[in-house]
Amino acid sequence: MATSNEEILASVRKNSTLGKRMAKSKASYIMCAPYFILFFLFTVLPVLTSIVLSFTYFNMLEAPTFIGWDNYIKLFLDDDIFMVSLKNTLILAVITGPVSYMLCLLFAWIINEFKGKLRAFLTLIFYAPSICGQAYLIWNVILTGDRYGYLNGFLLRWGIIDNAILWMKTEKYVLPILIVVQLWLSLGTGFLSFIAGLQTVDKSLYEAAAMDGVKNRWQELWYVTLPAMKPQLMFGAVMQITSSFSIADVSIALAGNPSVNYSGATIVTHLMDYGQTRFEMGYASAIAVILFLLMVGSNKLIQKLLRRVGE
Amino acid sequence: MARKKDYMKPRKKLFRREKQLNRSAAGNSLLFALMIICGIFMALPLVMIVNNALKPLDEIYQYPPKIFVRNPSLENFSDLFILMSDSWVPFSRYILNTVIITGFGTAGHIIVASLAAYPMAKHEFPGKNIMFQMVILAMMFSWVVTQIPNYIIISWLGINNTYLALILPACAYSMGLYLMKQFMEQIPDSLLESARLDGASEFKVFSTIMMPNVKPAWLTLAIFQFQSMWGNQGTGFLRSEQLKPLQYALNQITLGGAARAGASAAVQFIIAAIPIAFFLACQSNVLETMATSGMKE
Repeated sequence: MATSNEEILASVRKNSTLGKRMAKSKASYIMCAPYFILFFLFTVLPVLTSIVLSFTYFNMLEAPTFIGWDNYIKLFLDDDIFMVSLKNTLILAVITGPVSYMLCLLFAWIINEFKGKLRAFLTLIFYAPSICGQAYLIWNVILTGDRYGYLNGFLLRWGIIDNAILWMKTEKYVLPILIVVQLWLSLGTGFLSFIAGLQTVDKSLYEAAAMDGVKNRWQELWYVTLPAMKPQLMFGAVMQITSSFSIADVSIALAGNPSVNYSGATIVTHLMDYGQTRFEMGYASAIAVILFLLMVGSNKLIQKLLRRVGE
Repeated sequence: MARKKDYMKPRKKLFRREKQLNRSAAGNSLLFALMIICGIFMALPLVMIVNNALKPLDEIYQYPPKIFVRNPSLENFSDLFILMSDSWVPFSRYILNTVIITGFGTAGHIIVASLAAYPMAKHEFPGKNIMFQMVILAMMFSWVVTQIPNYIIISWLGINNTYLALILPACAYSMGLYLMKQFMEQIPDSLLESARLDGASEFKVFSTIMMPNVKPAWLTLAIFQFQSMWGNQGTGFLRSEQLKPLQYALNQITLGGAARAGASAAVQFIIAAIPIAFFLACQSNVLETMATSGMKE
């Protein structure tokens, strides 16, 4: 006979098979169903379809034909533009990803020192660029290649340059400018999460830390604040990594697609070129699969690193 | 509920005057100086958008270029309205399309995502973990990855060139479900338990207890959803001119070149101002929701 609570629990577990537990959770499944049916149709199924299509030749008119690894072999061995765009994407991601992440954290941390209306105002100033849709088009006006452009105008007036520079048509300026514009755009959801996360850090932790010998704000940040907001740090990382790998709209709007000597080409612009212009869907799917692996892989890697914060 | 956060309380002082732990005057001035410089960099392009919208045409093409407008006028906006009234499809139609698409996309997303978030946050059932892991995985890649198969699937469902082609995928965004679930987790179980004891079904508990208590979260979902749908021109899926959203029509005006520089400055202002206004209205709710956004491995 079952006497203690644990024994009763064990017997209950034994008697409740998976099927029974599922039947008991009928209400839960019904509530989940609408979301997950749509999620399956528009997220899971597309990823699987992409993987399958990446092994085929498919032009939307004829049925796809299986061609094995050919798309991937062509991508890495024959497609010079893919290599350029892969290189650009990695440069953009390796710079804008971590830098924007640090900036989100730094500004959230400073904003946290302010109160009330001023804090709300500062939050708005830093967050606004990321939400106002195509506001980045203003950079076209700033970077106009003749002397009417703001940047050229000011540099000419201050005598730093003698002739107007065609910023977005000069190869060496394209990537650095894209990085600056992307950073301007990148204080988004992760930034908000940090601001809110800093608020939830228990104030008594700071007092306790001061007793234990934490002497300045930097030590406080590393030993108290960051470990306490680790969950937000994880969430922010996902947001920043995902957006730093998908840079494309800004590049197309400012540098054009194709850009001068492909200086602004990214994996996504390359994907759009094959998917929307040339209708080589199998090849475009292979590019999408590579991008998918890059994004998910670096997310997983960074999550591993972030678990060590404050240890 | 005693969940009023610090930032929701009205404060009179802008700066903390009292002596703070571990804060030096040198550190303060260094960080605040940095803040001001970066703040100007962040705000300058936005200031230009506002000023350009108010500049008469001769000031837009002025050399040397000036950031601030000297003779502000609403000329650009009246130009824009003239262009609008000339358009082949009446402009009110574009506005209606945007209202339908973002309205149903946002409402649908909130309903569908919170309905699924409730059992994910408060029930135990087989498969729950795998489902949640898939949603997190989906946040790790952007929509561009699934663009091509999405087009194929939407054609296969027969909803190409209808509003549904934009509305249905928007309902299943992963971030909304994630934020909603995280927020619901902190609603105390005791609140739900008392309703269950009165014999309420789970749907009843969800609609009468849970939903009223997670208002900040659904406002946040609404804002994020609006932001992501507002910029959508729908060019891939909507071919009929009568179905296209406002964003598409406004973009056509900005493509008009030098002659339309004034009107397109006004367009830029409208495109940027509307999401900012929405955010401004709901800022404290959004921050309250984001406080629970952390990933607990």
